[in-house]
Amino acid sequence: MNNSLQEYLIEKGLFITAISSILVIILIIIFIFLEGLPAMESYGFLNFIFGSLWAPTQGEFGVLTMIVGSLGITLLSLVMAIPLSLFCAIFMAEIAPSNMRKILKPVIETLAGIPSVVYGFFGLITLVPFMREQFGGTGFSMLTASIILTVMILPTIISVSEDAIRSIPSEYKEASLALGATQWQTIQNVIFPAALPGIITAIILGMGRAIGETLAVIMVAGNVTQYPTSLVDPVRALTANIAIEMGYATGLHYNALFGTAIVLFFMIVFLLIIANYLQYKKKVVIGGGYL
Amino acid sequence: MDFKYKIIVIVILLSITGYLLVNPGSDYERIQIAGSTSVQPVAEQLAQEYMKTNSGVKINVQGGGSGLGIRSTQQEIIEIGTTSKALSAEEQEGLKEYIIGKEGIVIAINKENIVSDLTLTQIRDIFSGKITNWKDVGGANQQINVIIREEGSGTRTAFEEIVMGEDSIRSDSIVQSSTEMVKQAVIQDPNAVGVVSFAFLGDEVKALKVEGVAPSEQTIALELYTLQRPFIFLVKGEPEGALREFLRWVYSKEGQDVIRGEKIVPFIANVSDDV
Repeated sequence: MNNSLQEYLIEKGLFITAISSILVIILIIIFIFLEGLPAMESYGFLNFIFGSLWAPTQGEFGVLTMIVGSLGITLLSLVMAIPLSLFCAIFMAEIAPSNMRKILKPVIETLAGIPSVVYGFFGLITLVPFMREQFGGTGFSMLTASIILTVMILPTIISVSEDAIRSIPSEYKEASLALGATQWQTIQNVIFPAALPGIITAIILGMGRAIGETLAVIMVAGNVTQYPTSLVDPVRALTANIAIEMGYATGLHYNALFGTAIVLFFMIVFLLIIANYLQYKKKVVIGGGYL
Repeated sequence: MDFKYKIIVIVILLSITGYLLVNPGSDYERIQIAGSTSVQPVAEQLAQEYMKTNSGVKINVQGGGSGLGIRSTQQEIIEIGTTSKALSAEEQEGLKEYIIGKEGIVIAINKENIVSDLTLTQIRDIFSGKITNWKDVGGANQQINVIIREEGSGTRTAFEEIVMGEDSIRSDSIVQSSTEMVKQAVIQDPNAVGVVSFAFLGDEVKALKVEGVAPSEQTIALELYTLQRPFIFLVKGEPEGALREFLRWVYSKEGQDVIRGEKIVPFIANVSDDV
C-alpha cells in the first residue's frame, strides 16, 4: 500500500515536471499570438509578411526585408560553418591523437561559453573596420554578421557531430578497414553516412542558434530595413527588429513587434520540419537496426 | 552529526525567512522609476542622493525605454515613468508631466574628420541623403556613413522633429540600438556621422557646431544651441505622500544640482506651487 502510493506520487511528479516545459511553451505561444495578431489583422496579413516597407512611425509594418535578412545571415553562416565544423569534428573523432584532442575539446567548449555580447563587441571594434577597409561601404553588413555567427555556431556543430561520429560502433570501422579500405575511404563511405542523422541534428542546433542570435547581430549587421543587393550590404534580422524597437514601441507598433515574433516562429517551425525530414530520409538501416 | 548541522542550518534559514515575512521592511516607502534609458543615469543619481538624506524611502530606478515608461505609468505598475520625448495626445491621457531638464542632441563625427561646423540645412541634407559626400560640406572626398538610433527612440524622435521636418532620414542609414553603440560606431569609422545625447558625449568623438554654436551647458540652457529635448517624469494622477516629497525635492536646489552634475540643463520654469 505504502509502496504503491510512493510509486503513484513519483509517477505523477515526473509527469508534472515533464509536462511543465510543454506548458511554458504553450503559454508563450498563446501570449505571442494574442499580442501579435491584432497588428497583423489591422495591417493585413499578406501586407505584413510581404510588405517591404518598415516605418512604424508612419504606420508601415512590412517585414519581408527582415525575413530576407534573417535567412541571408543564417544561410551564409551555415555555408561557412558546416564545412569547417564537419572537418574539425572528423579530425577530432577519427584522426587526432588523444593528446591533441585533450587540447582541442576544451578550447572549442570555451568558444561556446563566450557571451554573445562579447562576440558582438569584438565584431564592432575589429571586424567592422576591417570589412569597411576591404569592401568599402560602412562595414556593417550581412557578411560581417554571418562571420561572427559562424564562429558562434562552430562549437555547437562540432561537439554534437563529433559525438555522433564517435557513437558509430567500432565494428563498422574495423570491417571497412579489414576489407582493405583506406582510412579516408572508411570515413567517407562508412563513418560519415552512418553518422549523418546525428550530423544533421548538429546542423539544426547550429541553425537554431544562428537564427535566434540577437545581440551580436544587432551590433554588426547595420539593422537597415532594405533588401541587400550584395553580401556587404547592411541588413536587419527579425530578432534584431524586436530587440531594437521594443523599448520605445507603444500601441500598434508594440503589437507589430510581436507579429515579427510570429513570423520568426513560423520560420523556425518550417526550417525544423525540413531538417527533420532530411534527417528521416538519411537514416541508415544496417543489420536491421537504426543508427 | 551531519544531520544535526542540517537541522541547525534549516532552523536559521527558516527564522530569517519568517522574520522577513513578518517584517518586510515595512518602514520603507517604495518608489519605482522606469523608462527612457537616456533619463536613467540622472534618475539614478537623483534617487541615490535623495535616499542619503531620506532613509525612509527606497527608490528603484530601471531603464526599458520611453515607451515602457509611458505604458507602465498608465498601468500603474510604477510610480514614476520617465520619457525623453514629448507625449502624443493619446499617450498623455491621465498622466501628469514634470519636465526635469533639457538635454542637448549632439551631431558627432570621428575625430579625424576636418569638418567642424554645419548649418541645420546641411545636417538635414546629410541625414535625408541629399548630401552623400563629405567634400560637399568642406570635408575630405569620402562617402558619408550615417548612423542613427532606431525608430521611436527619444533621441531620434527629437532629432527628426527639430532637424528633419518633412524629410525623412535616409532609409539605408545604419541603425544602432543605444547611444553608446552609436558613439562606438562613430569612433571606429572616420567617415561616420551619428546622433548622440549630450550627456554621453566624451573626448572620443567630435561634436559638430550647429549654425556656429557648439553644444555646451550654457548654450543649451539659453537655447542658443537648438538641438535639444526635454527629460520628463510622468506620474499617474496627483502625486501623494513620499512621491510628492520626492518630486518637490527634485525641484529644490539640491535636486537641481544633481541634475546639473549629470550634464542635464535643469528646467525650473514649470515648478508649480502644488508640487
